[in-house]
Amino acid sequence: MSELSVDHLLGIKHLKNDDINLIFDTADHFKKVINRPIKKVPSLRDITIANLFFENSTRTKLSFELAQKRLSADVINFSSGQSSVSKGESLVDTVNNILSMKVDMVVMRHPNPGAATFLSKHINAQIVNAGDGAHEHPTQALLDTYSIREKYGEVKGKKIVIVGDILHSRVALSNIFALQLQGAEVMVCGPKTLIPKYIDKLGVKIETNLRKALEWCDIANMLRVQNERMEISYFPTTREYTQQYGVTKELLESLDNEITIMHPGPINRGVEITSEVADSDQAIILNQVENGVAIRMAVMYLLASKIK
Amino acid sequence: MSPKVLLNNKEVNIILHRLACQLIEKHTDFSNTVLIGLQPRGTFLAQRLKSLLMQEYNLPDVQLGLLDITFYRDDFRRSDKVLEANSTEIDFLIEDKRVVFIDDVLYTGRSIRAALTAIQSFGRPSEVELLTLIDRRFSRHLPIQPNYRGRQVDAINDEKVLVNWKETSGEDAVYLIKN
Repeated sequence: MSELSVDHLLGIKHLKNDDINLIFDTADHFKKVINRPIKKVPSLRDITIANLFFENSTRTKLSFELAQKRLSADVINFSSGQSSVSKGESLVDTVNNILSMKVDMVVMRHPNPGAATFLSKHINAQIVNAGDGAHEHPTQALLDTYSIREKYGEVKGKKIVIVGDILHSRVALSNIFALQLQGAEVMVCGPKTLIPKYIDKLGVKIETNLRKALEWCDIANMLRVQNERMEISYFPTTREYTQQYGVTKELLESLDNEITIMHPGPINRGVEITSEVADSDQAIILNQVENGVAIRMAVMYLLASKIK
Repeated sequence: MSPKVLLNNKEVNIILHRLACQLIEKHTDFSNTVLIGLQPRGTFLAQRLKSLLMQEYNLPDVQLGLLDITFYRDDFRRSDKVLEANSTEIDFLIEDKRVVFIDDVLYTGRSIRAALTAIQSFGRPSEVELLTLIDRRFSRHLPIQPNYRGRQVDAINDEKVLVNWKETSGEDAVYLIKN
């Protein structure tokens, strides 16, 4: 197979396992490219990509922009804070205005779940979802899964626990889909209030005790507590959350198995993981960031070949 | 129509020896020369020439790299197929080296144009030469000619030149196929 089965990257849910393998194999080549003295290829030199960020982002936006520049695409950036969206313009109008400037691909982050899917039905450009509310964040899941494949050789049969705020996390949902497609076992772990009802229907294990979860797994993906999405209190205090769900060096050393620690960022040091753990050899957090550029290059390269 | 044999096993062998000798004539001991096989089809020829140079002509060390030009091609989004990449394996510096590109068939010259761009990512070579087994005359889109050629053939555009190697097809031979 040499072509994606989809025209847009809206979510992992729409992908097949072959699509993921194709993205990973292509990312392998791009990872070599970005480690050369000259880190650029001319593949997308006649393509213009708009990055529309209706919600704050640092690393995802930088990573996408760097990936676009490494592919020689022309890039325009948009952040909702400085735009006419605050003057009451609708999403379709905003995007159509941008597209009339002859843009071929749109990378969008939006606070509302389904925003990318909605857009793909109304405009004529390839869409990459860079996070839609608490729904999906496909490129993050791809780079997480790719980082596991890179470290262990394959994802199949690996046990991964996703720890923390599952309820508000788009990373968790996309990760569950991607890991399961690749044949991994997935567990979610966190306070009951932060684990969505019916998540067991997705075929994931649920555990509320962090130690038990870590003893079971090969890899722990630590999520951030998304205070900005919480309108009510889901746990008594941050200090109590850290005591129960924070990973420390002592905890890791007391386990029989050596596990790998991942984090999609941004890290709240001292809350979900301590600095010692984040900076240790067991953590592959910075590898994830590097792989993010290669994965996003692969996704945009493969989608660009569908532009007619 | 059945395929026409352009080169049989024996002829390919003779040509490989001649090409190896021509390379030695120009590059002597290969101390500052690197061979670059173009992915995917040029790699067999490149590997064959390397082992010939080292085993038959006793050169101490011939450096060989494999270059993939997929991301540098000028027909991205213009062909119906998605261009699938191969791996690039160049674990030495090209800076100030004499580079010999090796490919099986020279046709329009566009792959070589892409390779000339791609190689710049690895440094600035002091010179670049081109070696091809088959040179399809009269079909060039760009002003590119080989420095070393195995055999020149006249093939019209709806004909295809197929190069078989022992490693993949069990025989060394070159065919002309009519579509």
